[in-house]
Amino acid sequence: MDGEELTEQETALYDRQIRVWGANAQRRLTKAHILVSGIKGTVAEFCKNIVLAGVGSVTLMDDRLANMEALNANFLIPPDENVYSGKTVAEICSDSLKDFNPMVRVSVEKGDLSMLGTDFFEQFDVVVIGYGSRATKKYVNEKCRKLKKRVAFYTVDCRDSCGEIFVDLQDYKYTKKTLEEMVECELNFPSFQEAISVPWKPIPRRTAKLYFAMRVIEVFEESEGRKHGECSLLDLARVLEIKKQLCEANSVSESHIPDILLERLITGTTEFPPVCAIVGGILAQEVIKAVSGKGDPLKNFFYYDGEDGKGVMEDISDSFTS
Amino acid sequence: MATQQQQSAIKGAKVLMVGAGGIGCELLKTLALSGFEDIHIIDMDTIEVSNLNRQFLFRRSHVGQSKAKVARDAVLRFRPHINIRSYHANVKNPEFDVDFFKQFDVVLNGLDNLDARRHVNRLCLAADVPLVESGTTGFLGQVTVHIKGKTECYECQTKPAPKTYPVCTITSTPTKFVHCIVWAKDLLFAKLFGDKNQDNDLNVRSNNSASSSKESEDVFERSEDEDIEQYGRKIYDHVFGSNIEAALSNEETWKNRRRPRPIYSKDVLPESLTQQNGSTQNCSVTDGDSVVSVMPSLGLKNPQELWGLTQNSLVFIEALKLFFAKRKKEIGHLTFDKDDQLAVEFVTAAANIRAESFGIPLHSLFEAKGIAGNIVHAVATTNAIIAGLIVIEAIKVLKKDVDKFRMTYCLEHPSKKLLLMPIEPYEPNPACYVCSKTPLVLEINTRKSKLRDLVDRIVKAKLGMNLPLIMHGNSLLYEVGDDLDDIMVANYNANLEKYLSELPSPILNGSSLTVEDLQQELSCKINVKHREEFDEEKEPEGMVLSGWTQSPATNGESAATSNNENPVDVTDSSSGSETASKKRKLSETEPSNHNKETENVESEDDDIMEVENPMMVSKKKIRVE
Repeated sequence: MDGEELTEQETALYDRQIRVWGANAQRRLTKAHILVSGIKGTVAEFCKNIVLAGVGSVTLMDDRLANMEALNANFLIPPDENVYSGKTVAEICSDSLKDFNPMVRVSVEKGDLSMLGTDFFEQFDVVVIGYGSRATKKYVNEKCRKLKKRVAFYTVDCRDSCGEIFVDLQDYKYTKKTLEEMVECELNFPSFQEAISVPWKPIPRRTAKLYFAMRVIEVFEESEGRKHGECSLLDLARVLEIKKQLCEANSVSESHIPDILLERLITGTTEFPPVCAIVGGILAQEVIKAVSGKGDPLKNFFYYDGEDGKGVMEDISDSFTS
Repeated sequence: MATQQQQSAIKGAKVLMVGAGGIGCELLKTLALSGFEDIHIIDMDTIEVSNLNRQFLFRRSHVGQSKAKVARDAVLRFRPHINIRSYHANVKNPEFDVDFFKQFDVVLNGLDNLDARRHVNRLCLAADVPLVESGTTGFLGQVTVHIKGKTECYECQTKPAPKTYPVCTITSTPTKFVHCIVWAKDLLFAKLFGDKNQDNDLNVRSNNSASSSKESEDVFERSEDEDIEQYGRKIYDHVFGSNIEAALSNEETWKNRRRPRPIYSKDVLPESLTQQNGSTQNCSVTDGDSVVSVMPSLGLKNPQELWGLTQNSLVFIEALKLFFAKRKKEIGHLTFDKDDQLAVEFVTAAANIRAESFGIPLHSLFEAKGIAGNIVHAVATTNAIIAGLIVIEAIKVLKKDVDKFRMTYCLEHPSKKLLLMPIEPYEPNPACYVCSKTPLVLEINTRKSKLRDLVDRIVKAKLGMNLPLIMHGNSLLYEVGDDLDDIMVANYNANLEKYLSELPSPILNGSSLTVEDLQQELSCKINVKHREEFDEEKEPEGMVLSGWTQSPATNGESAATSNNENPVDVTDSSSGSETASKKRKLSETEPSNHNKETENVESEDDDIMEVENPMMVSKKKIRVE
């Protein structure tokens, strides 16, 4: 993988970041193929970041037709009807992204992720699901895990001024720098299904509330057949009902999840650009680390909440019960 | 998320951004997307290729153009109806005075040099405008909020000044590679290709005999018809050979130090290079931009590769030859520029040969360039994260959500699970000479130091004043300005050359000075204490300023290694203001990796706006710039 040298052009362009992560990591990046679906504000930020970083290719999936709403928090879509009319979000974003770094191959894939077979995912090194339903996330994650080749799997979801990132690197071997030397490490990641099925009771009290809140929202959207963000204050009663059910099933008190947090998540349906920048940045950093095989990866959830300003990593696996 | 109140606060806000580089591009984009409609942006820099890996508003075709202007144009393309005003100018210009700053609701800094940050800090204090500061280096970053009277100002906690090295370490006893770089760049390169009239410490030796130093001076003179290669070898033998031998003759110096070994070209290189490598006409000229470089002709392709002594020596001689062959007109006027490929090759080679001589590990061109050019390593992601955090704080400022202001640190590795760590701002430091007007104490030899030394090293360098005014009692000892008449200017110039104790109003032990910068509206009192002796190694400047470092919060511990209590109260996110008071937190350690990492190095982007540094030519001190 690290055979070929970087070209002179690449060395000049990537000079500043090579000084951060080294030439080897840069070489690996130029060979990495990334699949991205669900291109709203945060994912647009993510795409911008990895294209600038110089990955090998980025394949975009988002068949929604571009419209005024899609413009919100997405700087890849120019506010010109003549330009975007009739095109899908993926198509427009693809054009803009190519501009940022002509050395990256940016393309569009049409269709429904949950209909694609294992072969499809084999072409990629990294898969990122943005704003996906629980079912889609599960489906794609399972496909990735079935492959012989290790495909890094990420989900990202931003609502109101909050964000969630999930990471599954399966069996991950990597190196990291300590004060004196390079150390080899290994981590084992639970699958998406495993990570969201962890019983709540043994999970430490101080774990980010967003973990639980997002699980409630996931169930709500699935049971009501809603798309991401297709909700409002009118749904609060139903959401609280689901919360009650889940808390009971897990033998935890309802105070485990603040109602006000749930309310924020269902009313804050438009994205908040600063949070998109923050979460999109963290996500890109994680993907870059995973591709280069250097540095401690995020394991396995990341939460950002604009209200308190904390960006926290939570390790949620069934090790709590063992 | 966006309440009505928030929306209208954003819409009606007038924002000033200082810096359109790494953070600036991300910030301008996020501000525009967030609904800001009136943004002014100042940046004196132009776009370079190395910016393009992260300053995504710029394209290759924009190289050479104004950053502020191109950033504006790019953002207007996706938000055409907002007002963005760009200034291709130095924020230190007089046009950006207190009245200018007063028109803004908040100022957002995206700078990466200490000098400009201090300047903006003072203007914001003078104008009473909130300031959101920020910085990034690699994966680390931070955002801080500064409100006059309510929080610390940017200078309440000292930021480390750029590293300086004692002269003797550079000229005689290097122990680190960076010492060799400084020698190669500020001494050898400057001597060979720079202004001949500048003082140069290259031939300073502990046992200075008049005749030997004259000989040394003659070595550097090249006569018209002297063969370039012979000249090059002569220089090589002088600096790496005979100079070292002369240094070795002083036993005292080497009693407890590793002795360097002299290196002569005849032992390393074949007798004539021209036979080996063909004539200098074979040098590679690339890109049509005529990038003159020796590496290709020597078969050296990879800047990350380590060269051995022979290769370094070849590069040394060939680079020198190429300067004379292709860039003769520039000789005598050159200053080191990290983007000057040939200069970087020469300095790398020279530093490496010196390192070899002193038993210091050699470095690749890539590494050497980073050190010599003070290159800040940078990626897009950190800048994007920091930009998001800046906007969040800016909105709090506009909404006057005082209890919610936070200083936020972006860490490379989680500390107590936190990758983004918010902590409450501290109250102003009562000992801060900038916002709290505390007097400073200066220890100095009043009989041996001139006013010029005080102005350059203390008032300008340490206190960061641009256009200073110095008063002793009723006597105006020095000032700068456009409105001064010739007599006054002559008078002030004369004062500069006088010893402090011999000034018209003598500065002696116990004297009290007032120094001011009218543009920054900053006034400081300095109490002078006479002191005879200063340690050359520890106090190379010959003067010590105190009273400007008295902040009780500890510095220098990185959050990743800190075992202290997490300064952030890790309770429910929905809990209210647990510690609404912003008392100084004495027991807690701030993750001040930002201090070490982001402030310590001068930027390459906004670097052009740096004030001409008098320290570069000082006899007593050499700084890595």
